[in-house]
Amino acid sequence: MSKRNPVYDFKWCPGCGDFGVKRSIEAALVERSVTRSESVEQSVIVAGIGCSGNLVHLQEGPQPFGLHGIHGRTLPIAYGLKSSRPDLNVLIVSGDGDFLSIGAEHIGPQAKRNLDVTAVIMDNGVYGLTKGQASPTTELEVVTSTTPYGKLDDPISPLEFYLAAGVGWLASSMSTQVKALQDLITEAMAHPGFSIVHVQSPCTTYNDTYAALKGNEKEGIEPIAFPIPEDHDPTDLDAAYRLARGGRIPIGRLYQRPNSIPSHERLRLARERTGATQKSVDELLSAMAI
Amino acid sequence: MSKNLVVRFAGEGGQGVVGGSEILAAAAAAVGYHVLTFSTFPSQIKGGPAWGQARISTDEILSSGDELDVLVALNQYAYDHNVEELSPKGVVVYNSEEFELSDDRAIGLPADQMARDSGNPRAANMVVIGAVAQLAGFPLKYLEEFVTIRFTRGRPGDQQIIEGNIAALHLGAEAAATTGLSLEGLDDPVPSPDERILIKGFEAAALGAIAAGLDSFIGYPISPATTMLTYMEANLHGADKFVGQSSSEIESIAALVGAGFSGKKVMTSTAGPGLSLMGEGLGLAWMAEIPLVVVDVQRGGPATGLPTKTEQSDLITAINPGHGDMSVPIIAPGSIEEAFWGTIEAVNWAERYQGPVIVLSEASIAERQQDIVMPDLSLVQVESRVVSDGSTGNERYVGDSVAPFPVPGGPGAYVANGSEHDEQGDTTHLPEVHVHQTDRRFKKLELLANGTFEAEQTGASVAILPWGGSKGSARAAYLELTAAGEDLAWYYTMFINPLPTALLEELRQKELVLVPELNYLGQFSQILRSKGVNAYSITQYTGLPFKVEDLKHRLAAEIRARVGKLAAV
Repeated sequence: MSKRNPVYDFKWCPGCGDFGVKRSIEAALVERSVTRSESVEQSVIVAGIGCSGNLVHLQEGPQPFGLHGIHGRTLPIAYGLKSSRPDLNVLIVSGDGDFLSIGAEHIGPQAKRNLDVTAVIMDNGVYGLTKGQASPTTELEVVTSTTPYGKLDDPISPLEFYLAAGVGWLASSMSTQVKALQDLITEAMAHPGFSIVHVQSPCTTYNDTYAALKGNEKEGIEPIAFPIPEDHDPTDLDAAYRLARGGRIPIGRLYQRPNSIPSHERLRLARERTGATQKSVDELLSAMAI
Repeated sequence: MSKNLVVRFAGEGGQGVVGGSEILAAAAAAVGYHVLTFSTFPSQIKGGPAWGQARISTDEILSSGDELDVLVALNQYAYDHNVEELSPKGVVVYNSEEFELSDDRAIGLPADQMARDSGNPRAANMVVIGAVAQLAGFPLKYLEEFVTIRFTRGRPGDQQIIEGNIAALHLGAEAAATTGLSLEGLDDPVPSPDERILIKGFEAAALGAIAAGLDSFIGYPISPATTMLTYMEANLHGADKFVGQSSSEIESIAALVGAGFSGKKVMTSTAGPGLSLMGEGLGLAWMAEIPLVVVDVQRGGPATGLPTKTEQSDLITAINPGHGDMSVPIIAPGSIEEAFWGTIEAVNWAERYQGPVIVLSEASIAERQQDIVMPDLSLVQVESRVVSDGSTGNERYVGDSVAPFPVPGGPGAYVANGSEHDEQGDTTHLPEVHVHQTDRRFKKLELLANGTFEAEQTGASVAILPWGGSKGSARAAYLELTAAGEDLAWYYTMFINPLPTALLEELRQKELVLVPELNYLGQFSQILRSKGVNAYSITQYTGLPFKVEDLKHRLAAEIRARVGKLAAV
């Protein structure tokens, strides 16, 4: 937060991908504040539990509000928050453990509601904070403290999973591309509906994937990340699925649902359509008069 | 002549037994009687043993009634399992198309055939109600008036339905008249000078919340708490209001934390299984100091238990529904009026101390329909949290008790944190911070310890202290015991946690405090004993409320056993 706390006992490891994500978010929030002439306090960061969630305490510059809750529940917290205060800009920060394991059940409902929030997911393919257990995105056969024979469960494909759940705006990015990530977050926050920016954010201590993502010509490592071709039509859901299923990691915007109406707008329109109006308590009680 | 009429409609779920009792109650209330209904049914859409009971009286009603004046039995099972509760002077009305009875107190009606004869095949209930009215000397004109009002709905078939229902009432009454059976006639009603309403417990709680300024309601369907969610969906429409159906109770409570954090007044309704799932989220609200209200409509047993029955077995869970040190404030309404006023107070409490509050209702309160005096809305006092003006910068968790609440969009940005935290909400595990913040969170409860309570014959050394929905039966038992000459004190409060300080002081002086409660463990008396009160429970765990006569004898026996004195009973 604004006043650095000398006894604050949380730190990311040197080289952690989350540093880059933090800079992108700080810049995107300030950019939003300037272009919309609204204060940064109009934004709320809802943080999950894990290394990624601690980002909310490390924000520098103008301070948004923050809500650092319990494991896996960023989306339901954001559901109540945004539904009650549609005027607020709600940004979720979470990781592959918090969002895709314990919290996975909440993705479908928010996608179907088209809740107007943006989730920035830092995927490091491991439970870092609890010191290196397998996560849903840990690759097959990887040895961790909970997978001594190598991981037996297939890894999930987050991008396919999001598309199947009905997420209306989806991008994939890397923590090293700070400006590109900032732009995607800015665009996602401007989208009227549920948006996810899924970020490859390597863990230098337990699952260092920098070389695998970017490749290393000298060592003969082919990069698994690749830029989404410029001619990709983001409104083409089938094309988005093809990118997500390619076995490599596409970088850029995969999908943008056309004609997106967010949940709070659906409610407002429904009330308008049905003519529902608020009766006073006196009227409601009087209707029960004997 | 009699002051009371108790009628039970027993049959299968889906046969309209609850509806039958409610129509009779509504018709009686419309002409000035006091009424109270109770129903019990299985957790299925159709089938299974179900019954609805209406008590009609010229006096204020405390319980749903011990003995039946009329048992309406729609099948053999319903007769077999309810007839033992029939009063010696009572009468059975049964569906003779289903089974035959050789009971000289029984009237067999081919109700379905008679309904078809009336021109409205769905009026079997009306045939039966007509018969009951005839037996009790309840003028049919009251019922005719009621049917006319109830079915005038602006639809083309209204007149035909009304005429069919009225014809059915008369067919039932004529059939009953030919048997020569009758009940002691009911005294004429004494119309109340006050404006009265006929209302159910869940409606009273929901309206209390709306009166207190509720902004957002988010809930997940669960028996017997769903009615509150559907009431809110049907009635909370304001442009700045939100009502939502969540995907689970885990989502409900987390969403309430987000909504309460946003500055709004927020609520959910649930029952035991949902409360269990909300444990961690309630801990977050306690830790991050977020005002919110959970209405727990208690049902029976752990796990799925008895989903549609009544019990008071969530108390210990409600006070500390999650892990770690917390003590969630509890208000347990013991009547329809208290469901209204208590829920207002619950919203106020949440705002005042900035944290979660649980309204501990129960099936028998939520589903009960009763006539009450129209609440005087000029007495409603609404509290709202003290909002931060930004003068403490980013420091939210300051001082040694409640602190101004920064609202997102305004000044004072901080992190509302479920991890232990410093003043601005940043995580820290330092021992002195955990001690200070834990002390702060508990200190805030002192703001709630001034609740009101009832106290009578306070000089007596033995006291009766019911809680929640057992209040009515306990009150009736207490009045009978004291009328018989017993020297007993009466205490009652709906403010269960924290207990009013002054009440606790008085209870500690008593030689014995008896707590009638519907659970196996004796949960409230356990809590009272831990606070230095010599309390013991009278327990019952049948899924049904106490009967007054049973309770009276059990109280007397317990007092004899524990203090060795009691003369009259």
